[in-house]
Amino acid sequence: MSIAPPIAPPIAVAVPAVAAPVAEAPTAGAALAESPVVRDRASARAFVDAHIAPYANDFERAGRIPEELLDRMRSAGLWAPFLPAADGGAGLSMVTLGQIHEEVGRGCSSVRSLLTVHTMLTWALQRWGSPRQRDRWIGPLARGEVLGAFCLTEPGAGSDAAGIAATAVSDGPGGTGWRLTGLKKWITNGQRADLYLVFAKVASGSIAAFLVPRNAAGVSVRPITEILGTRGSMLAEVSFDDVRLDADALVGPSGFMAGMLLTGTLDLGRFSVAAGSAGIIAACLEASADYTARRQIGGRPLRDLQLIQAKVSDMVTDLRAARLLIAEAGRLKDAGDSSTILATWVAKYFASTAAARHATEAVQIHGANGCGPDYPVARLYRDAKVMEIIEGSNEIQRITIASEAYRESGR
Amino acid sequence: MSAQVRDVQDQVRAFIQGRYPDAQITDSDDIFQLGFINSLFAMELVMFIEKQFAVTIPNDELRIDNFRTTTSMAALVERVTPVAVGAEAGA
Repeated sequence: MSIAPPIAPPIAVAVPAVAAPVAEAPTAGAALAESPVVRDRASARAFVDAHIAPYANDFERAGRIPEELLDRMRSAGLWAPFLPAADGGAGLSMVTLGQIHEEVGRGCSSVRSLLTVHTMLTWALQRWGSPRQRDRWIGPLARGEVLGAFCLTEPGAGSDAAGIAATAVSDGPGGTGWRLTGLKKWITNGQRADLYLVFAKVASGSIAAFLVPRNAAGVSVRPITEILGTRGSMLAEVSFDDVRLDADALVGPSGFMAGMLLTGTLDLGRFSVAAGSAGIIAACLEASADYTARRQIGGRPLRDLQLIQAKVSDMVTDLRAARLLIAEAGRLKDAGDSSTILATWVAKYFASTAAARHATEAVQIHGANGCGPDYPVARLYRDAKVMEIIEGSNEIQRITIASEAYRESGR
Repeated sequence: MSAQVRDVQDQVRAFIQGRYPDAQITDSDDIFQLGFINSLFAMELVMFIEKQFAVTIPNDELRIDNFRTTTSMAALVERVTPVAVGAEAGA
């Protein structure tokens, strides 16, 4: 395969370009300047352009996010800014949180995925946690001193959450504690997280959620490598071998209503993935606009070709549509409106399928260059596919969206 | 039955029937026995009650029995509604 040399340094386009070729990641141990606090789309964009986007291909190659970036994210207040100020957050709305996660997803889906699972655990604890659990964990989670991960999927159960095999057994009369056993797979940030939110079946047959510190006896972690996309998200298999937990490890209600915790937490994860998918579309647009403005064919830039313009115009249109759907889902969350759940499904389905479609086109636009490591689009292509699967596969999303349509029409 | 309880029952029933137009339920019907309740709808129901009646339902009240009928949901709302300071003082 003939690979054309990398094109010249980026030029200014309507949207900031992802640097190509990629630069080196920050040096381990380097002193970090204090990062400006991220509180909206503009400040998130500046942070991402300075600290994430230029290094995203390096994160992918290394299969990890460097500690220096995790520290910068702490400094920028990125980990849980949706928490109220009293809990150490900034009280940001879900609409704004969606914009921030989109910007982070524009820079690197692996980094965004760490935010997603941390957000899910932190939100669950804020919404459903006991006063003791909140006192112990919310502050460190808000500051990013403790990083969270979400442990639902197992080798034999993905979208079918009811099929999980992990169990939590009350360890004796009086309910003094629990013994947790099970194997969780594809756990985002499983390699690095300090605190897991683990879903397991209890005696009633329903699913309940448990807080499990990584350093609890019986917890072991096996990194997953050779993954299709989000290669820097530090995926792991996490094994729980008769892990003893105190009675307060149970989060939220038990019995049938415990399903609400799972539903609510997945809803927020889906919202973040939808936003991150919009970020992938934005990154495809930036990369494609940059490349086609400079790449020549027959003495003219690629951008002059109408078939190229068609692809770029579709990226613009779908990005705007995805942003509107995500903003609507966020607005409904901020209003406490229960219709946010369906709105989030629709947003995630639309944004993730659009991201996969446009990542394919972005690679096509780049030709052989799009297949190599010198541009971001091969990574975007790999990451976009993952978005169609995580937090409920798109097939499940479509079944659910359709069933809601039938339900609402009484058919 | 107070007007407030009746109002809560009416609003909850309207919400359920907005989601399930064919559902004909009385105030004593167990909605979980009607076969269409899942954890998603339970989440929607809790969100609706919290928003509509400006209450927060604590974990120990998130029991299935509190959501079986519009009557039990009205009783739940009554229990978790903050008592106004003036009312608490007997004013």
